[in-house]
Amino acid sequence: MGAEAAADPKAALERRLGRRDLLAGVVGVATLVMVRPAVARPSLDAAVALFAGGREVQPGRVRFDIPPLVENGNAVGVAISVDSPMTEADHVKRVALFNEKNPQADMALFHLGPRAGRATVSTRVRLATSQTVVALAEMSDGSVWSSSANVVVTLAACIEDLL
Amino acid sequence: MRSIVNVPKTARAGEVIEIKTMIAHPMETGYRTGTNGATIPRNIISRFVCTYDGEEVFSAELFPAIAANPLIAFTTVAVQTGTLTFAWTDDSGATETTTAEITVI
Repeated sequence: MGAEAAADPKAALERRLGRRDLLAGVVGVATLVMVRPAVARPSLDAAVALFAGGREVQPGRVRFDIPPLVENGNAVGVAISVDSPMTEADHVKRVALFNEKNPQADMALFHLGPRAGRATVSTRVRLATSQTVVALAEMSDGSVWSSSANVVVTLAACIEDLL
Repeated sequence: MRSIVNVPKTARAGEVIEIKTMIAHPMETGYRTGTNGATIPRNIISRFVCTYDGEEVFSAELFPAIAANPLIAFTTVAVQTGTLTFAWTDDSGATETTTAEITVI
Protein backbone atom coordinates (compact mmCIF):
# COMPACT_ATOMS: atom_id res chain seq x y z
CA MET A 1 0.00 0.00 0.00
CA GLY A 2 2.82 2.33 0.88
CA ALA A 3 4.36 1.67 -2.48
CA GLU A 4 1.11 2.60 -4.21
CA ALA A 5 0.91 6.02 -2.51
CA ALA A 6 4.54 6.73 -3.31
CA ALA A 7 3.94 5.86 -6.95
CA ASP A 8 1.21 8.48 -7.32
CA PRO A 9 1.73 11.32 -4.82
CA LYS A 10 -0.37 13.76 -6.88
CA ALA A 11 -3.45 11.54 -6.66
CA ALA A 12 -2.93 11.15 -2.91
CA LEU A 13 -2.78 14.94 -2.47
CA GLU A 14 -5.95 15.40 -4.49
CA ARG A 15 -7.75 12.85 -2.33
CA ARG A 16 -6.78 14.74 0.83
CA LEU A 17 -7.32 18.24 -0.57
CA GLY A 18 -10.22 18.04 -3.02
CA ARG A 19 -10.33 20.39 -5.96
CA ARG A 20 -13.38 22.13 -4.45
CA ASP A 21 -11.48 22.81 -1.21
CA LEU A 22 -8.63 24.31 -3.17
CA LEU A 23 -10.97 26.56 -5.15
CA ALA A 24 -12.83 27.64 -1.98
CA GLY A 25 -9.48 28.46 -0.36
CA VAL A 26 -8.37 30.62 -3.26
CA VAL A 27 -11.70 32.49 -3.37
CA GLY A 28 -11.62 32.95 0.39
CA VAL A 29 -8.14 34.45 0.40
CA ALA A 30 -9.02 36.74 -2.52
CA THR A 31 -12.15 38.00 -0.72
CA LEU A 32 -10.17 38.66 2.45
CA VAL A 33 -7.63 40.71 0.52
CA MET A 34 -10.33 42.71 -1.26
CA VAL A 35 -12.52 43.63 1.72
CA ARG A 36 -9.70 44.33 4.18
CA PRO A 37 -9.40 48.13 3.58
CA ALA A 38 -13.14 48.70 4.07
CA VAL A 39 -13.38 46.95 7.43
CA ALA A 40 -11.82 49.67 9.57
CA ARG A 41 -14.14 52.60 8.80
CA PRO A 42 -17.47 53.34 10.51
CA SER A 43 -20.56 53.72 8.33
CA LEU A 44 -21.77 57.17 7.24
CA ASP A 45 -24.67 57.00 9.70
CA ALA A 46 -22.33 56.07 12.56
CA ALA A 47 -20.01 58.99 11.76
CA VAL A 48 -22.94 61.43 11.60
CA ALA A 49 -24.33 60.10 14.90
CA LEU A 50 -20.91 60.49 16.55
CA PHE A 51 -20.75 64.14 15.45
CA ALA A 52 -24.33 64.80 16.63
CA GLY A 53 -23.57 63.17 19.99
CA GLY A 54 -27.08 61.87 20.58
CA ARG A 55 -28.90 64.96 19.35
CA GLU A 56 -31.40 64.79 16.52
CA VAL A 57 -30.00 65.59 13.07
CA GLN A 58 -32.50 67.76 11.21
CA PRO A 59 -32.42 68.33 7.45
CA GLY A 60 -32.21 71.97 6.35
CA ARG A 61 -30.43 75.28 7.03
CA VAL A 62 -27.26 73.95 5.39
CA ARG A 63 -26.60 74.78 1.74
CA PHE A 64 -24.15 72.30 0.29
CA ASP A 65 -22.65 73.03 -3.13
CA ILE A 66 -20.88 70.08 -4.71
CA PRO A 67 -21.01 69.12 -8.38
CA PRO A 68 -23.37 66.15 -9.01
CA LEU A 69 -21.05 64.73 -11.68
CA VAL A 70 -17.29 64.83 -11.17
CA GLU A 71 -14.68 63.82 -13.72
CA ASN A 72 -11.71 63.76 -11.35
CA GLY A 73 -12.25 62.60 -7.78
CA ASN A 74 -8.82 63.87 -6.70
CA ALA A 75 -10.02 67.45 -6.26
CA VAL A 76 -13.71 68.20 -5.93
CA GLY A 77 -14.66 71.75 -4.98
CA VAL A 78 -17.20 71.96 -2.16
CA ALA A 79 -18.84 75.01 -0.62
CA ILE A 80 -20.97 74.95 2.50
CA SER A 81 -23.06 77.84 3.74
CA VAL A 82 -25.30 77.75 6.77
CA ASP A 83 -28.35 79.90 7.31
CA SER A 84 -27.42 81.69 10.55
CA PRO A 85 -27.22 85.33 11.72
CA MET A 86 -23.75 84.58 13.21
CA THR A 87 -24.28 86.71 16.31
CA GLU A 88 -22.92 86.05 19.80
CA ALA A 89 -26.28 84.52 20.77
CA ASP A 90 -26.94 82.50 17.62
CA HIS A 91 -24.07 81.24 15.52
CA VAL A 92 -22.60 78.14 13.91
CA LYS A 93 -20.02 76.41 16.08
CA ARG A 94 -18.87 73.55 13.90
CA VAL A 95 -19.25 72.44 10.29
CA ALA A 96 -18.29 68.89 9.31
CA LEU A 97 -18.09 66.87 6.13
CA PHE A 98 -18.58 63.11 6.02
CA ASN A 99 -18.59 60.61 3.17
CA GLU A 100 -20.03 57.17 2.54
CA LYS A 101 -17.36 55.15 0.71
CA ASN A 102 -13.88 56.67 1.14
CA PRO A 103 -11.43 54.65 3.30
CA GLN A 104 -12.19 57.08 6.15
CA ALA A 105 -15.59 58.65 6.94
CA ASP A 106 -14.26 62.02 8.19
CA MET A 107 -13.31 64.61 5.59
CA ALA A 108 -12.99 67.93 7.41
CA LEU A 109 -14.13 69.69 10.56
CA PHE A 110 -14.30 73.50 10.70
CA HIS A 111 -14.63 75.56 13.86
CA LEU A 112 -16.48 78.86 13.38
CA GLY A 113 -17.79 81.53 15.67
CA PRO A 114 -19.51 84.91 15.73
CA ARG A 115 -16.31 86.49 14.37
CA ALA A 116 -16.80 84.68 11.07
CA GLY A 117 -19.56 87.12 10.08
CA ARG A 118 -21.04 84.67 7.60
CA ALA A 119 -21.15 80.90 7.90
CA THR A 120 -19.50 79.96 4.63
CA VAL A 121 -16.59 77.60 4.10
CA SER A 122 -15.16 76.09 0.97
CA THR A 123 -12.41 73.59 0.23
CA ARG A 124 -11.50 70.76 -2.14
CA VAL A 125 -11.97 67.09 -1.28
CA ARG A 126 -11.09 63.66 -2.61
CA LEU A 127 -13.75 61.11 -3.53
CA ALA A 128 -12.75 57.47 -3.96
CA THR A 129 -15.93 56.53 -5.82
CA SER A 130 -19.51 57.64 -6.56
CA GLN A 131 -21.16 58.13 -3.20
CA THR A 132 -23.19 60.26 -0.80
CA VAL A 133 -21.50 63.18 0.97
CA VAL A 134 -23.05 64.83 4.03
CA ALA A 135 -22.45 68.33 5.40
CA LEU A 136 -23.45 68.95 9.03
CA ALA A 137 -23.65 72.14 11.05
CA GLU A 138 -23.79 72.41 14.84
CA MET A 139 -25.37 75.64 16.13
CA SER A 140 -24.62 77.49 19.35
CA ASP A 141 -28.00 76.33 20.74
CA GLY A 142 -26.89 72.71 20.24
CA SER A 143 -29.11 71.81 17.29
CA VAL A 144 -27.57 69.87 14.40
CA TRP A 145 -28.59 70.46 10.78
CA SER A 146 -27.60 68.52 7.70
CA SER A 147 -27.61 68.44 3.94
CA SER A 148 -26.51 65.55 1.76
CA ALA A 149 -25.56 65.21 -1.88
CA ASN A 150 -25.02 62.32 -4.25
CA VAL A 151 -21.93 62.61 -6.39
CA VAL A 152 -21.07 60.51 -9.43
CA VAL A 153 -17.32 60.17 -9.92
CA THR A 154 -15.92 59.00 -13.25
CA LEU A 155 -12.20 59.00 -12.34
CA ALA A 156 -11.73 57.99 -8.73
CA ALA A 157 -9.15 59.35 -6.32
CA CYS A 158 -6.49 56.87 -5.13
CA ILE A 159 -6.67 55.06 -8.52
CA GLU A 160 -2.88 54.70 -8.35
CA ASP A 161 -3.42 51.90 -5.81
CA LEU A 162 -4.75 49.61 -8.48
CA LEU A 163 -1.71 49.84 -10.75
CA MET B 1 5.82 74.27 2.26
CA ARG B 2 4.78 77.38 0.34
CA SER B 3 1.51 79.10 0.99
CA ILE B 4 -0.66 81.77 -0.58
CA VAL B 5 -3.25 83.82 1.28
CA ASN B 6 -5.68 86.24 -0.27
CA VAL B 7 -6.91 88.90 2.18
CA PRO B 8 -8.30 92.31 1.14
CA LYS B 9 -5.83 95.14 1.92
CA THR B 10 -8.51 97.47 3.23
CA ALA B 11 -12.03 97.00 4.55
CA ARG B 12 -14.70 99.06 6.27
CA ALA B 13 -15.22 98.41 9.97
CA GLY B 14 -17.70 95.58 10.47
CA GLU B 15 -17.41 94.39 6.88
CA VAL B 16 -17.40 90.63 6.28
CA ILE B 17 -14.25 89.84 4.32
CA GLU B 18 -13.52 86.67 2.40
CA ILE B 19 -10.18 84.97 2.96
CA LYS B 20 -8.73 82.36 0.63
CA THR B 21 -5.75 80.26 1.65
CA MET B 22 -3.77 77.57 -0.11
CA ILE B 23 -0.62 75.68 0.80
CA ALA B 24 1.63 73.42 -1.28
CA HIS B 25 1.46 70.00 0.39
CA PRO B 26 1.13 66.46 -1.03
CA MET B 27 -1.52 65.42 1.57
CA GLU B 28 -0.33 61.80 1.36
CA THR B 29 -3.31 59.73 2.52
CA GLY B 30 -1.53 56.69 3.96
CA TYR B 31 -3.78 54.43 1.88
CA ARG B 32 -1.58 54.29 -1.22
CA THR B 33 1.06 51.68 -1.93
CA GLY B 34 4.35 52.49 -3.62
CA THR B 35 6.02 50.62 -6.46
CA ASN B 36 7.77 48.32 -3.95
CA GLY B 37 4.41 47.24 -2.49
CA ALA B 38 4.93 49.04 0.81
CA THR B 39 2.34 51.50 2.09
CA ILE B 40 3.37 55.14 1.70
CA PRO B 41 3.17 56.65 5.21
CA ARG B 42 0.48 59.23 5.89
CA ASN B 43 1.56 62.87 5.81
CA ILE B 44 -1.25 65.39 5.75
CA ILE B 45 -1.94 68.87 7.07
CA SER B 46 -4.13 67.97 10.01
CA ARG B 47 -4.69 71.40 11.53
CA PHE B 48 -5.20 74.93 10.25
CA VAL B 49 -5.71 77.98 12.46
CA CYS B 50 -6.40 81.62 11.59
CA THR B 51 -5.93 84.26 14.29
CA TYR B 52 -6.83 87.96 14.07
CA ASP B 53 -4.56 90.03 16.33
CA GLY B 54 -3.93 86.95 18.45
CA GLU B 55 -7.56 85.87 18.76
CA GLU B 56 -8.61 82.68 16.99
CA VAL B 57 -11.35 83.38 14.45
CA PHE B 58 -11.34 80.16 12.42
CA SER B 59 -9.76 76.72 12.62
CA ALA B 60 -10.03 73.43 10.77
CA GLU B 61 -9.16 69.80 11.31
CA LEU B 62 -8.36 68.08 8.05
CA PHE B 63 -8.40 64.39 7.15
CA PRO B 64 -6.88 62.42 4.22
CA ALA B 65 -10.03 63.15 2.17
CA ILE B 66 -8.83 66.72 1.60
CA ALA B 67 -7.21 67.17 -1.81
CA ALA B 68 -3.49 67.83 -2.26
CA ASN B 69 -2.47 71.49 -1.90
CA PRO B 70 -5.38 72.16 0.44
CA LEU B 71 -7.47 75.22 -0.29
CA ILE B 72 -9.56 76.67 2.51
CA ALA B 73 -11.78 79.70 2.03
CA PHE B 74 -13.76 81.31 4.85
CA THR B 75 -14.94 84.69 6.11
CA THR B 76 -14.28 86.96 9.05
CA VAL B 77 -15.43 90.37 10.25
CA ALA B 78 -12.92 93.22 9.79
CA VAL B 79 -12.98 94.67 13.31
CA GLN B 80 -9.74 96.68 13.47
CA THR B 81 -6.51 97.39 11.63
CA GLY B 82 -4.27 94.48 12.44
CA THR B 83 -2.57 91.25 11.49
CA LEU B 84 -4.10 87.98 10.40
CA THR B 85 -1.91 84.97 11.11
CA PHE B 86 -2.36 81.66 9.34
CA ALA B 87 -0.76 78.43 10.60
CA TRP B 88 -0.81 74.99 9.01
CA THR B 89 0.53 71.96 10.90
CA ASP B 90 1.25 68.60 9.25
CA ASP B 91 1.79 65.07 10.59
CA SER B 92 5.56 65.52 10.80
CA GLY B 93 4.95 68.42 13.23
CA ALA B 94 6.16 71.06 10.80
CA THR B 95 4.23 74.32 10.97
CA GLU B 96 4.04 76.91 8.21
CA THR B 97 3.00 80.38 9.29
CA THR B 98 2.01 83.32 7.09
CA THR B 99 0.71 86.73 8.04
CA ALA B 100 -1.36 89.35 6.24
CA GLU B 101 -2.00 92.95 7.22
CA ILE B 102 -5.43 94.53 6.96
CA THR B 103 -6.29 98.21 7.25
CA VAL B 104 -9.74 99.01 8.55
CA ILE B 105 -11.06 102.41 7.45
